[in-house]
Amino acid sequence: METPTKLPPSSPSSPTTGFSVPSAEKVDGFPRRSMRRARQRRSHSSSQFRYQSSQVELTPLPLLKDAPVAELHDLFCKKLQQCCVLFDFLDCVADLKGKEIKRAALNELVESVATSRGVLIEPLYPEAIKMISVNIFRTLPPSENPEFDPEEDEPALEASWPHLQLVYEFFLRFLESPDFQPSLAKRYVDQKFVLQLLELFDSEDPREREYLKTILHRVYGKLLGLRAYIRKQINNIFLRFIYETERFNGVAELLEILGSIINGFALPLKSEHKQFLVRVLIPLHTAKSLSIFHAQLAYCVVQFMEKDATVTEHIIRGLLRYWPKTCTQKEVMFLGEIEEILDVIEPSQFIRVQEPLFKQIAACISSPHFQVAERALYFWNNEYILSLIEENCQVILPLVFGTLYRVSKEHWNQTIISLIYNVLKTFMEMNSKLFDELTASYKVEKQKEVKKERERAELWRNLEDLQERRLQSLTEASRNQKNLQERENTTKSQSETSAANTT
Amino acid sequence: NIKEIGPGVEPLASKMAGADSDDSLYPIAVLIDELRNEDVQLRLNSIKKLSTIALALGVERTRTELLPFLTDTIYDEDEVLLALAEQLGNFTMLVGGPEYVHCLLPPLESLATVEETVVRDKAVESLRKISHEHSPVDLEVHFEPLVKRLASGDWFTSRTSACGLFSVCYPRVSSTVKAEIRQHFRTLCSDDTPMVRRAAASKLGEFAKVLELEYVKSDIISLFTALASDEQDSVRLLAVEAGVSIATLLPQEDLEALVMPTLRQAAEDKSWRVRYMVADKFSDLQKAVGPEITKNDLVPAFQNLLKDCEAEVRAAAANKVKEFCENLPEDSRETIIMTHILPCVKELVSDTNQHVKSALASVIMGLSTILGKDNTIEHLLPLFLAQLKDECPEVRLNIISNLDCVNEVIGIRQLSQSLLPAIVELAEDAKWRVRLAIIEYMPLLAGQLGVEFFDEKLNSLCMAWLVDHVYAIREAATCNLMKLVEKFGAEWAQNTIVPKVLGMANDPNYLHRMTTLFCINALSEVCGQEITTKHMLPVVFKMSNDQVANVRFNVAKSLQKIGPVLDSNCLQTEVKPVLEKLASDQDMDVKYFAQEAISVLSLA
Repeated sequence: METPTKLPPSSPSSPTTGFSVPSAEKVDGFPRRSMRRARQRRSHSSSQFRYQSSQVELTPLPLLKDAPVAELHDLFCKKLQQCCVLFDFLDCVADLKGKEIKRAALNELVESVATSRGVLIEPLYPEAIKMISVNIFRTLPPSENPEFDPEEDEPALEASWPHLQLVYEFFLRFLESPDFQPSLAKRYVDQKFVLQLLELFDSEDPREREYLKTILHRVYGKLLGLRAYIRKQINNIFLRFIYETERFNGVAELLEILGSIINGFALPLKSEHKQFLVRVLIPLHTAKSLSIFHAQLAYCVVQFMEKDATVTEHIIRGLLRYWPKTCTQKEVMFLGEIEEILDVIEPSQFIRVQEPLFKQIAACISSPHFQVAERALYFWNNEYILSLIEENCQVILPLVFGTLYRVSKEHWNQTIISLIYNVLKTFMEMNSKLFDELTASYKVEKQKEVKKERERAELWRNLEDLQERRLQSLTEASRNQKNLQERENTTKSQSETSAANTT
Repeated sequence: NIKEIGPGVEPLASKMAGADSDDSLYPIAVLIDELRNEDVQLRLNSIKKLSTIALALGVERTRTELLPFLTDTIYDEDEVLLALAEQLGNFTMLVGGPEYVHCLLPPLESLATVEETVVRDKAVESLRKISHEHSPVDLEVHFEPLVKRLASGDWFTSRTSACGLFSVCYPRVSSTVKAEIRQHFRTLCSDDTPMVRRAAASKLGEFAKVLELEYVKSDIISLFTALASDEQDSVRLLAVEAGVSIATLLPQEDLEALVMPTLRQAAEDKSWRVRYMVADKFSDLQKAVGPEITKNDLVPAFQNLLKDCEAEVRAAAANKVKEFCENLPEDSRETIIMTHILPCVKELVSDTNQHVKSALASVIMGLSTILGKDNTIEHLLPLFLAQLKDECPEVRLNIISNLDCVNEVIGIRQLSQSLLPAIVELAEDAKWRVRLAIIEYMPLLAGQLGVEFFDEKLNSLCMAWLVDHVYAIREAATCNLMKLVEKFGAEWAQNTIVPKVLGMANDPNYLHRMTTLFCINALSEVCGQEITTKHMLPVVFKMSNDQVANVRFNVAKSLQKIGPVLDSNCLQTEVKPVLEKLASDQDMDVKYFAQEAISVLSLA
């Protein structure tokens, strides 16, 4: 049985930015664009408003709490229907009375579902879901800023939030109510409903995404029949994000939900889940906007490893495959994730990946960007990692020694040099014999490399000569033919031009 | 299951064991070594030189050793795979010509299944390319089975790739195989993953074009209808484009029943992305469905798009206003425009969104040629004038840059009263790019407004740009003067602009003094020898004593530039001494340019 675990306690009513660490600040010291130009918070309307043909005049209904028990459900139903009327929030003075009536009604509905028992009876389910659908499901409007950068720009906020928030709050209370019966709800909260709910995660408004996150988590927890479908659709959203659009605002929120879902996966892992890890989660690391959801992504990856250690090799080799080549900021994130992984890696798994892994780490240490080199060298401050290195010193030291030795003499940054000295010292203490051998053979190895390089150049020269010869012999016949043709052509064109000249 | 990652290390060394003095065994060893290289760049280099290696190996060993090696062992960085996919598309001759081209299919097949879109697309592109080199028999024996395998692959990537291959093999296979291909395409159109449905939708139009008309009607229409009502708007919007292609294939009498209901529905889709697509393809659609349907259906649809609630859609539709009106059937064109389109256009002039207004401004002037003089004066002119006063500079600029359309119909004089304030305001806009844009239209405006109007109203603007604080503006202003002189003649130049330009030679700011030199460079040729020698040259000589070295070396450059305009006597007696003096200047740059001028003008 797969059960989602609790989400981190972030109350939707006080939307926080979650654990989105201001990675930009962490990584480089330069002032970001966002600090220089603080954008005005804009708000936008949803495309839905125009679809309401004629505006209905709302009249206030009696309060729920004053209603006699016999009429309560009827009144509740009427209020739900009243709340299906949509208002234009871009025109902030339009129909203020109607807006207030709806707001009050929504407030009452929220209050009623949250506090009183026995309200949620069967006939109310379709009405409630209809009210929710009418209000929240809409085609999200085009982003006002076509180059919207979630890291730099202020998001456009949903104009109808005063009502929308209450609708979401109602939905959440509805799902969380002790009276809520999944067997009744599943008739209305179906695949189509969930698909539309998932599409809303692209909303630019972080408050909306926060609610959606909590709601989807509850839906996943309570409506078991929808689980596989939800996972599949999230997969599709991610694949589209990775390979088609590179744009989707709710990646972090969806990953946060997945983090708790992975936690509840049954063992042994189904191949569907492994496939999700290898073909979706790992490729997500290639996204340009990785920094926005990296924390959540790394959490999911580590969750997988803790569930089943045998996926370790796939994960590490996958990360190595997608290792950033030009973006040092992302490289630092990758190194952070590798450390998180190494923190929980099983020694037997470590041995399987140590070789390619430490080749990459050596490459990072020789990065001219000091933050990359520094982040890689910090691994030696981690006691568990250090113990793994010590156990496998025979393999690892030869992989990194050359780099350490060279960078200790060449790097421009003093901090890096002193960190490298510490690392070298650690290695010397670990295995002084091997260390001395490597020191002694360093120059010889260097010369070998230079020689190999020369040989390569020589090979290619020969190869190109060979190509030249082959090409010549291959084209000889056709060239002769071509020459013949050209000769014919030139004589023809010459006669033509001379004819033209005479006229 | 996961593919092995990293450079493949297939023990092909065994094949090398037999390598003796034969140098043809050499290259494959190099290739393997290079592919094992840890440096991606080196691996990439060797893949990019794959044709070198293949050529050296000869066709047979390329087929029997190189290709199997590539197929089995390369699971590499996407960049390497991309290069490989591209190379293989040009490999036909290297494997022995069309007879053997099917040998290239296995490696391309596995490249067509990788995750990365760019690699996959390139593999499909190469497959499409080499499909034409297959004989009909090979197409059925080798190519079509590959398409089928891809179409029924487990992971969405291979099915996505398959979508692009149906149309290249369909026309050249037997009718049984054709039926199979149609069946596979149908299946992919209702695939479980939206990625595949998107790929199928984007190839639907292309596929329809190679199908027999009866199958277009029986198969394609139902697929089109289904895709156009997909649950995902990303699929629906791709169906719109397919709809346009399909409409061009069908006879007129079938259009109403087979495609119009779906297209009508798309124009009113609840997703703005779909409506945007309809607006964007509107002219193509109009051509595809013909005049009758245009009158009855497209006109109201177009009105709705122009009034859409999303600015994106309105802007896309506004962009099409001129083209749509132009392509209306002649008999009812004017009526439709006047009663249906123009009212919407009037509203767009005061739209809240500047992109909508500027899209409109870029085409609205074109309506005047369609509507003729009287309608233009009565109905369009007020709109032009309103847009000329728009708060957004881009809108004003778009109007001004299209003035020539109006000029042909009603003459520009009608506009000149409003034009002037608009031009003046743009000329002084805080954004230098806006100023630059208006300068570029000056010669055109001057031509249309005539010399008197120009002297009276615009001349001072043109001179003011010469002292703009942005170099790009000063440079453009210089070039502008040259074009004006081309229009108005040397005499005009001598009376109006030359005195002002030369006056700047005494400006305390050295940048302005240099502008004088730049103007002289630009003007000497169009003004001719007399003005140059008589008026400009003395000023240039005087500036050779300037205290700023930059001015002095620009004197040398100017002399080099205007030298060809002067007569040889003047060059020898007047220019040469000045250049010689500059050639012994204490500043090395001045010396350099003076010497250069001396040698170019052959004064040594």
